[in-house]
Amino acid sequence: MLTRAGDTVKFAVIVFPGSNCDEDAYHAATAVLGQKAEYVWHKDTDLKGADVVVLPGGFAHGDYLRTGAMARFSPIMREVRTFAERGGPVLGICNGFQVLLEAGLLPGAMLRNRGLKFRCEHVHIRVEQTDTPFTLACRGGQVLRMPIAHGEGNYFAEPDVIARLEANRQVIFRYTTAEGELRDDANPNGSVSAIAGICNDTRNVVGLMPHPERACESPLGSADGLLIFESVVQSLKAGALVAGA
Amino acid sequence: MRARVFVTLKPSVFDPQGRTIADALHSLGYGSVQAVRQGKYFELDLATTEAAKAKVLAAEVADKLLANPVIESYRIEVE
Repeated sequence: MLTRAGDTVKFAVIVFPGSNCDEDAYHAATAVLGQKAEYVWHKDTDLKGADVVVLPGGFAHGDYLRTGAMARFSPIMREVRTFAERGGPVLGICNGFQVLLEAGLLPGAMLRNRGLKFRCEHVHIRVEQTDTPFTLACRGGQVLRMPIAHGEGNYFAEPDVIARLEANRQVIFRYTTAEGELRDDANPNGSVSAIAGICNDTRNVVGLMPHPERACESPLGSADGLLIFESVVQSLKAGALVAGA
Repeated sequence: MRARVFVTLKPSVFDPQGRTIADALHSLGYGSVQAVRQGKYFELDLATTEAAKAKVLAAEVADKLLANPVIESYRIEVE
């Protein structure tokens, strides 16, 4: 638990059977950012005192039935829900985002990509809102380059839900061109309103389909993803400053 | 008893797989197939011998796991 701004932030990286970006998230938090991290097995019932929780990408429980459908019932998800309800920052990346949707921690659902293909490539996303723990180090409108790797990233919610998300500024990332322009051919999966990431109504739970943890060092083709992890470290340290004052 | 659960995308949800299947049928000469919606089908073998109980149980597991109410609806038959 962070009590002073100088303390190291502790990440919990949830590991489901079939997670495959857990090591990337761990590496980004520790080797790249210099913070602490711990793997938490999906059958565990304790987040090990973490300050921030990451649900990584992969194919939890084989993605059988629907992506994220069974991971929602993993014992650790009770702890993740409690942590989120207390205001703790939770980041769902790709399959982690799908798990958060199935668990009802974020609204909406994922459909098969519009073109039916599994898309594995770098895309551009525009930061729509910076007042979340995972985007506060970004500039509003900043365009980030990150990889995607998914077959079911076609975000869907009924029009009234989309209207509510827009009104509450819960759309955090949209697929755009490199220049930040909304264009249908810049939307890799057909997501409604080009939505690449959203937050919950208390803004501490964020999910996105692109992979920031795979874009934290320039040899990987982009270091833009680091901003997402730096944001939560800054956010927690600012919180610790306030709490300690 | 056996319960059959048919899960389909809600009418408001675009079904890219169904569209592709329809396109394939059209190219095979079945122009009279106007639309296709793809869904999932589950057979549940249940310990109960009462149809009413079977239906309640099937609905419970459909609500809890088999269907995602955000995008899907379901229909149940028991025998």
